[in-house]
Amino acid sequence: MSLKKILFIFKREVQTFFTSPIAYIVISIFLLLTGWFFFSTFFLSGRTDMRDFFNLLPIVFSFIIPAITMRLFAEEYRSGSFEIAGTLPLGLMDIISGKFLAALFFSFIMLVPTMLYPLFISSLGDLDPGPVIGGYIGAVLLAGAYSAIGVLASSLTRNQIIAFIVSASVCFFLTIISSILVFFPPYITGFFQYLSSGFHFNNIAKGVLDSRDLIYFISIMIFGLYGTFMVIKERN
Amino acid sequence: MISINNLTKYFGETAAVSDICLEIPRGQIIGILGPNGAGKTTTLRMLTGYITPTSGSVVVNGIDASTNFIEVKRHIGYLPESSPIYTDMLVYDYLKFIANIRDIPNSDIFKKFLELSDLCGIREVMHKSVSTLSKGYKQRVGLALALMGDPDILILDEPTSGLDPNQIAEIRSIIKEIGKKKTIIFSTHILSEAEATCDRVVIMNKGQLVADGTAEILKADKSGKKTTLITLEYTDPITVKTIFAKLKGISKIEMAETTDTLKIKLSTSDDMRVDIYNLIKKQDWILLEMIQESESLEHIFKELTKEA
Repeated sequence: MSLKKILFIFKREVQTFFTSPIAYIVISIFLLLTGWFFFSTFFLSGRTDMRDFFNLLPIVFSFIIPAITMRLFAEEYRSGSFEIAGTLPLGLMDIISGKFLAALFFSFIMLVPTMLYPLFISSLGDLDPGPVIGGYIGAVLLAGAYSAIGVLASSLTRNQIIAFIVSASVCFFLTIISSILVFFPPYITGFFQYLSSGFHFNNIAKGVLDSRDLIYFISIMIFGLYGTFMVIKERN
Repeated sequence: MISINNLTKYFGETAAVSDICLEIPRGQIIGILGPNGAGKTTTLRMLTGYITPTSGSVVVNGIDASTNFIEVKRHIGYLPESSPIYTDMLVYDYLKFIANIRDIPNSDIFKKFLELSDLCGIREVMHKSVSTLSKGYKQRVGLALALMGDPDILILDEPTSGLDPNQIAEIRSIIKEIGKKKTIIFSTHILSEAEATCDRVVIMNKGQLVADGTAEILKADKSGKKTTLITLEYTDPITVKTIFAKLKGISKIEMAETTDTLKIKLSTSDDMRVDIYNLIKKQDWILLEMIQESESLEHIFKELTKEA
């Protein structure tokens, strides 16, 4: 792996994201959805915090992030351009990391405009900075985990739609699993709760950075990226 | 210098390429011929390290591709079939991206661009998006990408397929130009192309090598068979046939008549032009045309690759 090569891939992918209108459409949809659902109840609750915004994020991300990552490998397989990328003096992990970081960067850019919300809210009353900072750290970790799943799904097929559906299903499942724990027998609820990304995200969004939550997100990223590596290796 | 030893690739149960051995010295232009599905593309992909062989090895300039594939890829420039290049970039940006990946220092990039854009004739499209280019230009951009970073081996998969005759001629002349300094391996199913551009021709069928040599050697191997084409001013075909049949050494006579000429195709074992001419002179027929064809590469190709 070489950091320089990863950066070149990253730059190219980011360039591609932002030269097509899809990027702006995805960002607009994200901002509209979260903005509307957050502020439609914000004034009714009468609380000056961003808890409702961060509660929305996992479910919105589980559809938005697969839309960002779906083309990363699927499109290259379909057009055959992966044959050029795959024969350049590059390690496979360089390509995967570059693409993953580009998707993560895109998610971050998508979050930047929402950082106006805390500024606005703090003018209305006392805003506890801990949960807000924790919420954004959690959001980046969550985006990383979902991007890794999306990259893996994209490496499995040459069809972007299939890549989207597979990764959205997995992300959606990871998000809601903590809300449907009542359906599981009590002795495995602990396990399923640990599996749930919503649960770990909410922990961090409370403003508490626990190593268990960090390990959870980082291990999903490693699983996704290493899985992608194995899939592409096996393909060839 | 490339040596390929017992290269084999299975896709599931089917062998796409089986047990190929080939030595390619530096500076040779080598054409791989074969019908569709013969394993040409698979072989080239294994050479470039894009797919891993089931067994066997590829050694490039003394480096084994299975152990140090990144180093091997540095020596190889590759143009896949129908140049599937990223369509969402400008030609300039794309060249820059590849130059960066190939570790060309920033100070040399511009010089390299000028050199390659002149060689491949893409200077006027540098500012355009790849998606708006015609197929011929895409192919040339692909070629420029493959040449970026000065690899000493160039692998081209059907570089002229789908191009018009002018573009084919241009690509061929570029290949010849590059071939003065580099080793070039390209696949094609256009036989005249291989004959015109290659130092050496390899014919593949069903994943195996069936012939290897210069076009001349391949033709000579099959010698002993010659075909002579004669056109006479119209004479009675039956008389002609009986007279030719008396000549020794003719194995087959085919005739076609038009209103004022008679075309005769004679298959002979040796060069018999003198005997044939003397015979025609004796009969006082009027000879309009006489051509001797040696075995064409096309015929050899058909012979070697026909279904059993």
